[in-house]
Amino acid sequence: MKKVELIDVSKSYDRQKDVISNINVTIEPGEFFVLVGPSGCGKSTMLRMIAGLEEITGGTLKIGEKTANRLPPSKRDLSMVFQNYALYPHLTVEENITFGLDVKKVPKADRKKRALDTAEMLGLTDYLKRKPRELSGGQRQRVALARAIVSEAPICLMDEPLSNLDAKLRAHMRSEIRRIQKRLGITMIYVTHDQVEAMTMGDRIMILHSGKIQQIGSPIEIYNHPANPFVATFIGSPPMNLAAADVRKEASLLVLANGTEIVMPKGSLDEIAEERVTLGIRPEFLMPPVTGEGLPVFDAEVTNVEVLGHETVFSFVAGEGEWTAKWNGQWQIQPGDRIPIAVDTGSACLFSLEDGRLIRKAADRQRTVTKEGAAL
Amino acid sequence: MSTIREGAAQVPAEKRPGVWTRTRRGRTALLYLLPSFILFGVFVFYPMFRTIYLSFFLTDQRGDAAVFVGLDNYRYLLESAAFLNSAKATILFVLYTVPAGVVIALFLALLANEKLKGIGFFRTVYSSTMGVSVAAASVVWLFMFHPSIGMFNRFLALFDIGQIQWLLDPDWALFSVAISTIWMNTGFSFLILLGGLQNIDEHLYESAKIDGAGYFYQLRRITLPMLSPTLFFIITISLINAFQSFGQIDILTKGGPAQSTNLIVYSIYREAFVNYQFGTASAQAVFLFLCILVVTILQFKFGERKVHYQ
Ligand SMILES: Nc1ncnc2c1ncn2[C@@H]1O[C@H](COP(=O)(O)OP(=O)(O)OP(=O)(O)O)[C@@H](O)[C@H]1O
Ligand SMILES: [Mg+2]
Repeated sequence: MKKVELIDVSKSYDRQKDVISNINVTIEPGEFFVLVGPSGCGKSTMLRMIAGLEEITGGTLKIGEKTANRLPPSKRDLSMVFQNYALYPHLTVEENITFGLDVKKVPKADRKKRALDTAEMLGLTDYLKRKPRELSGGQRQRVALARAIVSEAPICLMDEPLSNLDAKLRAHMRSEIRRIQKRLGITMIYVTHDQVEAMTMGDRIMILHSGKIQQIGSPIEIYNHPANPFVATFIGSPPMNLAAADVRKEASLLVLANGTEIVMPKGSLDEIAEERVTLGIRPEFLMPPVTGEGLPVFDAEVTNVEVLGHETVFSFVAGEGEWTAKWNGQWQIQPGDRIPIAVDTGSACLFSLEDGRLIRKAADRQRTVTKEGAAL
Repeated sequence: MSTIREGAAQVPAEKRPGVWTRTRRGRTALLYLLPSFILFGVFVFYPMFRTIYLSFFLTDQRGDAAVFVGLDNYRYLLESAAFLNSAKATILFVLYTVPAGVVIALFLALLANEKLKGIGFFRTVYSSTMGVSVAAASVVWLFMFHPSIGMFNRFLALFDIGQIQWLLDPDWALFSVAISTIWMNTGFSFLILLGGLQNIDEHLYESAKIDGAGYFYQLRRITLPMLSPTLFFIITISLINAFQSFGQIDILTKGGPAQSTNLIVYSIYREAFVNYQFGTASAQAVFLFLCILVVTILQFKFGERKVHYQ
C-alpha cells in the first residue's frame, strides 16, 4: 500500500506541444483509481510516466513519500499489465509468471509456491506448462494479470487489460480484478476507455480529455454532477442531452433554439447570471407524461425509434439538434409523430455557455430501500 | 436425389470419380511446380548427378568420362596428403570464420539496435560490406596485407613490432584470409540479425525493466531466445558459406603459400581446370557435398532443439 501523487505533471514528446498538462492528483493507498478518456487523450502516456517508462517533462511524481521523477522502473515497486499483455512468447506460463521473481532472486521453493498460488487464484493451473501462443486471449490476459499479482508490488498499473475480451469474459474479469485488488489491498491505477468498466470498478474516476483533467470523483458523483458538457456526454449511455437555451428568469423558463419552452422549478434560475446557458438532461429524465405526473410537458417530433424489449429509446428534435429519451417498456411510437414528453427538470444540469462550467447541479437521485421494500 | 427421398437411413455412396478427376488437384500442383522443377533440374540436379557420375571415372582432356575406375578416385583422395591437408585447412577456416563472424555481427547488431541519434548512419556503415563484391573487397584487403605498403604492417611499425608476412607466411596466410572473409560476411549477418532484433516486441523489455532485470539478464533471457531462429539461420548460412569460399582465396593467395590456404573448393577448381583431372575433382566435390550435408543435418538435429519459433 503506497500512495501515488502527481503534482503539476506534464509531458511533451516533441518539447513543443504538451500531450499531458497540469495533472494534479493524489491516489490514495489501496484505492482503485480509474483513468478514462477518449482515444489519444494521454492515458497510456500518464501510466507509462508513473511506471518510469516515459520521461516526465514537467512537475513532480511522488510514490509513497519519495519523489520518483528520476527513479528507474525497477525501483518504483510496482507492477504493470500492458495493453497487449507483453508475455514472453518463448517461456511457458509458469516461467512467465515467475520471471519477475527470478530477477529478484526469490528462493526457488518460494517462487514455485507463489506462482502456483497465483495460478490457482486465476484458474491457470491447467495451463502452467503451455506457451502463450497456445492460450486463448482471455487466458493470456489472466497470465498477464498473474504476473502482476505474483510480484506482490504495492502499486499495480493496468492499461486497458480487458479491451480484447468478449463481453461475458470482460464482465467476469471485471469483478475478478476488483476482488483481487480489494483482498491484497493494492493501489490500482487502471486505464480504460470503456465507461462501464470505469463506473463499475473505480473507487474514483479521473476523466481526461486532450491531456487535461476534466473531473475527478466517485462514479456516481460524476454521473450525477458532471463538471462540464464533455464529461456529461462521455459518461452515460445514451449520453446526456445538451442544448443551448435562453434564460427567462421572471417566468422560470428555458427556451431552446426551436422555441420549445421548458418550465423549470420556481426560483431555480434566480441565481443564474447568464442570459444563455447549456441545458443538460439525461435520457432517463425525459419521461412519458403518465410516469412523470405533475412534471412540465412539451411536445416534440420523433425522428428515430429503437424498441429494445425492456425499454424504448427514441430521438426527437430539440433546439438545434436531436435529443434522446429512454422510456421503460415497449412504446408504439413512429418516426414523424408529435408526442408529449415530461421533463424531470429537477434533474437538469445547467452549464455555462462560454467555459462549460457547471452552474446548476442536478438534484441527488440516490434512493434507498426501506424495510417494507418500498422505494422512496 | 431419389435415394434420399426414398429413405433417409440410406445415405447414397457418392459415385467414385474417374482417375482424371481425382488427380485434378495433383495435376494443378504439378503445373505450378513445373518451372522450378525445370530450373532446378537444369542447374542443380543434372550437374549434381553428372558430378557423382564423373567421380567414378578417369576423364580425358575435355572432361568426358574415359575409364570406369569405381571408387578408386575416392581411395586416391583419402590417401593423398594434399587432399587431407585441404580438408584440414577447410575445417580450420570454418572454425576461424563462423563463430567469430556470428559473434561480431551479433555484437554490432546489438549496438545498432539501440535507439540513439544518428544510429541510421552506423546501421548503413555496418551493413555496407554486403554491397561490396568479393573480388573488390579482396583487392582492397590485398593492399592492406601488403608487407611493405600495407596498412597492417605500418600500424605494427608504429609500435616497433616486427613485420608480418600476412599472406606469404604459411602460418599466417589462412588466418589473414579468414579475417578478410569475416569482414566480407559481417554486413549480411549484421543486417539479418538487426532485422531479427527489431522484430522483438519493445514491451517485453519494458516489462522486464519493471521487474528489475538488468541489461545482461534481458540479453540472456529475452533477446537471445527470441533471436534464436535468426541466429540459427545465420549460423547455417555462415557454415555453408565458409565451406564454399573461393573468390578471396583465388585473389589473395591462390591456395598458397605451401598449400596452407588450399581450401577444398579451390582444390577442386585446380584439379579440374588446371590439372584437367575431372574425375578426382568430382570426387572431391562429392566429398565436400557430403561434409556440408552432414554438418547441416547435425546442426538441425542439435541446434534446432534450442530454437524457439514464434
Ligand atoms: N512516442 C510518442 N511520440 C510522440 N507522440 C506520442 C508518442 N506516444 C504517444 N504520443 C501522442 O500522445 C498522445 C497520447 O497518447 P496515448 O498513447 O497516451 O493515448 P491513450 O489515451 O492511451 O489512447 P488509447 O486509448 O488509444 O490507447 C497521442 O496524441 C499520441 O499521438
Ligand atoms: Mg493507450
